[in-house]
Amino acid sequence: MGLRKFVDKIKPTFSEGGKLSFLHSTFEGFETFLYAPNTVTKRGAHIRDCNDIKRVMITVVVALIPAMLFGMYNLGRMAGFTGMWDAFLFGLVEMLPMIVVSYVVGLSIEFAFAQVRRHEINEGFLVTGLLIPLVMPIGVPLWVVALSTAFAVIIGKEVFGGTGMNVFNPALLARAFAFFGYTSSMSGETAWYAGGTVHKWLGLTPAGTGEVMTSGATPLAQLGDGAAAYTADWSNFQDAFFGFIPGSMGETSTLAILIGAVILLFTGVASWRTMISVFAGGLLMGLVFNLVGADPASLPADATPEAIARAEYMNVPAYWHLVVGGFAFGAVFMATDPVTSAQTNTGKWIYGLMVGMLAVLIRVINPAYPEGMMLSILFMNALAPLIDYFVVERNIARRKKLIKNVK
Amino acid sequence: MKLSKNFTNPLAANNPVIVQILGICSALAVTVQLKPALVMGLSVTFVCAFSNLVMSLLRNGVPSRIRIIVQLVVIATLVIVVDQFLRAFMFDVSKQLSVYVGLIITNCIVMGRVEAFALGNKPWASFVDGVSNGLGYTLILVIVAFFRELCGSGKLFGMEIIPQGAYEAGYMNNGLFLFPPMALIIIGCIIWIHRSFNKDLQEK
Repeated sequence: MGLRKFVDKIKPTFSEGGKLSFLHSTFEGFETFLYAPNTVTKRGAHIRDCNDIKRVMITVVVALIPAMLFGMYNLGRMAGFTGMWDAFLFGLVEMLPMIVVSYVVGLSIEFAFAQVRRHEINEGFLVTGLLIPLVMPIGVPLWVVALSTAFAVIIGKEVFGGTGMNVFNPALLARAFAFFGYTSSMSGETAWYAGGTVHKWLGLTPAGTGEVMTSGATPLAQLGDGAAAYTADWSNFQDAFFGFIPGSMGETSTLAILIGAVILLFTGVASWRTMISVFAGGLLMGLVFNLVGADPASLPADATPEAIARAEYMNVPAYWHLVVGGFAFGAVFMATDPVTSAQTNTGKWIYGLMVGMLAVLIRVINPAYPEGMMLSILFMNALAPLIDYFVVERNIARRKKLIKNVK
Repeated sequence: MKLSKNFTNPLAANNPVIVQILGICSALAVTVQLKPALVMGLSVTFVCAFSNLVMSLLRNGVPSRIRIIVQLVVIATLVIVVDQFLRAFMFDVSKQLSVYVGLIITNCIVMGRVEAFALGNKPWASFVDGVSNGLGYTLILVIVAFFRELCGSGKLFGMEIIPQGAYEAGYMNNGLFLFPPMALIIIGCIIWIHRSFNKDLQEK
């Protein structure tokens, strides 16, 4: 255990009174990253769970891996590489810089704040740092990723007091910053494809035309557009479910996300109530639209293209909403964020249902925002404390009534 | 209070926008570009100064029961003077500011200073107080507009600041800075910096 000895040897330098004591929290962060802390409670009755925040965060990272690996493969596949290994390698090289940038920028800010405030470094960013690249399209420049990460960590997290105190999900805040700030690189037809020349120095050649594919709208945008000939048929549904569609890097494959969901639910890290209710909410709203949406064929002849597109979108089968765009990813990894979602069990049901319903509502009704999941989760993040407040108040009122009845 | 203190206090330690959180609405609305923000700030300074002066002169003649209506008449008159002046000499800025010049009437800073200061102080002190509060408001507006115009459209006072080469290298203007929420975040950051220097303002 040479490493343990080394860590013990340099420990006094960073402890109180040591030369580098101002770097105490950095040292502490690395030490607990390498070894489980052996501090024990000295007085009072405390129950310590071996599932500390680090292990919880690592579980989420593990659950994200299937979606990430598939995202890499899909990037290469979308660019026209047929071989599985070729496609994966291409995607890996395209995606890795974004992951590195997100981690480096976010962790530097976290470390700096922890140092200044003399806090311990929290592990929340291990997840956020991986989520940020996964919810962005490949077309986003690296400096935009860096700016968005910095914005999310400083304005979204540190001003509220760091990990566990944030009101909004930092990864979604980063996406929102990039979406509203640099709209052109976050949407449109070219953002979803890796258009670089990476394959040339990797020595790979794409099949077919010999040129890398660089454009094409996402199914979500096409559904919202109406004009494009995108039919909600079975083979397209399969593509969307398995993830062979353009989209943000981690969100395309519903299957990979479901594998992550199983890991999260099995280990008890994410709340099944939130997850199920988000899916239920989306399905419910989709069914409502199916019921109230006019038949496109019955529209008057002078109906605007927008009106026809809306009518067609409303009649898309409800389960479609769950597999296209970021719905599944948001439901499994974003809405279940324990910090920003509702805390009470009843609150989680209400919160999840509202997230799902709002996401589909925004998608169908507002053509300016093809992706409703980001906005609906951020909106419900703001309302989550209010939901909890009413749930708690109602419980208190109910209990008070019981006391009265006893008298 | 000494007159010099009276003047410097609203600029920093008791700034109407970042300490009293007044006039936020117009601070979010007119700060997309520097020029309208500056004009707006100076207009509020003018209205604030002269409404303070006039109300201070009238303070002993106005019955307390009808003072609000008298204040409104004075402020509204001054606002109309400003509005007409802008329309006559700075028509483009006046169009950009649209309703917000008229809405100076409802700006809490103006009414607040008249109520809180002018009705109990002599004319000259009231005038100074109005000027300095207006300038305190202008200061914040200019800072916010500086960042919004620079980051949002790459310009300052309408002049291109970001070189064309930067755009060709891949730089993009941040559209979020053109939206009011970003103005709120910038004001929040100013408050953050301001409070870290003024420890007595920090909430426990």
